[in-house]
Amino acid sequence: MGEPVKSSDAAADNQAIVSQEIRDIEEGYEAARAAGQPAETQPRIDYPPYRSSILRHPTKNLHHTDPETIELYSPAFGHQDVHALESNLTIQHGGEPLGERMVLRGKVLDGDGRPVAGQLVEIWQANSAGRYIHKRDQHPAPIDPNFTGVGRCITGPDGSYEFLTIKPGAYPWKNHLNAWRPAHIHFSLFGTEFTQRIVTQMYFPGDQLFPLDPIYQSIVDQDARDRLVARYNHDFTAPEWALGYEWDIVLTGAKRTWTENEAYGEQGDNE
Amino acid sequence: MSEKTQMIATPGQTVGPFYGYALPFEKGGELVPPGSPESVQLHGTVYDGHGNPIPDALVEIWQADAQGNIPNETGSLIRDGYTFTGWGRTPVGNTGRYVFTTVNPGPTEPGKAPFIAVVVFARGLLNRLFTRVYLPEDTEALENDALLSSLDPARRKTLIAERLADGSLHWDVRLQGEDETVFLDFQG
Repeated sequence: MGEPVKSSDAAADNQAIVSQEIRDIEEGYEAARAAGQPAETQPRIDYPPYRSSILRHPTKNLHHTDPETIELYSPAFGHQDVHALESNLTIQHGGEPLGERMVLRGKVLDGDGRPVAGQLVEIWQANSAGRYIHKRDQHPAPIDPNFTGVGRCITGPDGSYEFLTIKPGAYPWKNHLNAWRPAHIHFSLFGTEFTQRIVTQMYFPGDQLFPLDPIYQSIVDQDARDRLVARYNHDFTAPEWALGYEWDIVLTGAKRTWTENEAYGEQGDNE
Repeated sequence: MSEKTQMIATPGQTVGPFYGYALPFEKGGELVPPGSPESVQLHGTVYDGHGNPIPDALVEIWQADAQGNIPNETGSLIRDGYTFTGWGRTPVGNTGRYVFTTVNPGPTEPGKAPFIAVVVFARGLLNRLFTRVYLPEDTEALENDALLSSLDPARRKTLIAERLADGSLHWDVRLQGEDETVFLDFQG
């Protein structure tokens, strides 16, 4: 180890320095692709432009192993765990939250395109001004007394989920001087197997902050990044009520041998 | 079109710093009530590459019951105090320490080394990490375990909990460095 590690809270460097690091990594990736390396589909866990990743990523390769027993199953969640109203983030307080009301719908699918039914989806997000209800968030934007920004639901038989919420704002952080996160909603997802567990972030189309954000850019492949961006869907927009967005989530492939019923129940899916 | 068209998985992203008001829930780390018969603590600290505790990590566990049965019960988020769901979630404290109250998982098949499946999330960690924590007692089963026997001994020990005199299981997570925990890749 040479230089001291840069703190993620120090805002030590400016955007130009971080952007140059991002570009250098991207050029390295493009060269590797041109030389025949396969496309990357997940974020790099070693991504120095995101300063707080420097001491928090394993340096040894992940060890490949076949999932066994408990890992081939997933914890079960149901309506005992989650009330139907928890998917509506706009009714958790006495009044209407401020901001752009939005409907967010999509499906949770496994790597074979099968719907992940009856599973837990959790989301959390900033309010429309870009402020989280969290003591660590000291961004001087207003807290909205009518918005907490936490929702949950259980997927339907077709893997579908739906939330009614407020479009979150962008917010500043201290990775570097003048660092801003593109607007996003955090998602936590379970599959039919433990190995499919994932936490991620959903973004909005056309955000000007994408090229500047080291967390989004830690996914070095553009096609892979695009998988985190919701689509505006006017068919989901409710007249005089809320704008509609659509975002499907694909988990990794299931490893357990499915029963015939499970395996062929969705035949006809043309994915 | 081939019958086995694989869809490409959505990328993960860091859990970030602000999950604290969203993901933790009451009794999240209590798979069984503290003090109940057969209950054991699983506890430890999550460390970074400089050996400093990480105060903003989140740990989840998923395990068989004491008889080795794989649970299929809802109710983890609103625990009734009786149903064993096999799943728990807890944030670490300011000192990086996590605590679960659970039971020793039984072997899922005779002769198999019992382990608890673990996922680790943290601010600064761009994708979640999978690992396992094995019970230390059945040394023969540990010797025969497919994963453990594929690791060199120095790394193998990062996956085996230490049984303390009070009966609890102590197991630390090191995201980086000399004693870096073995993290798992189930794909490919």
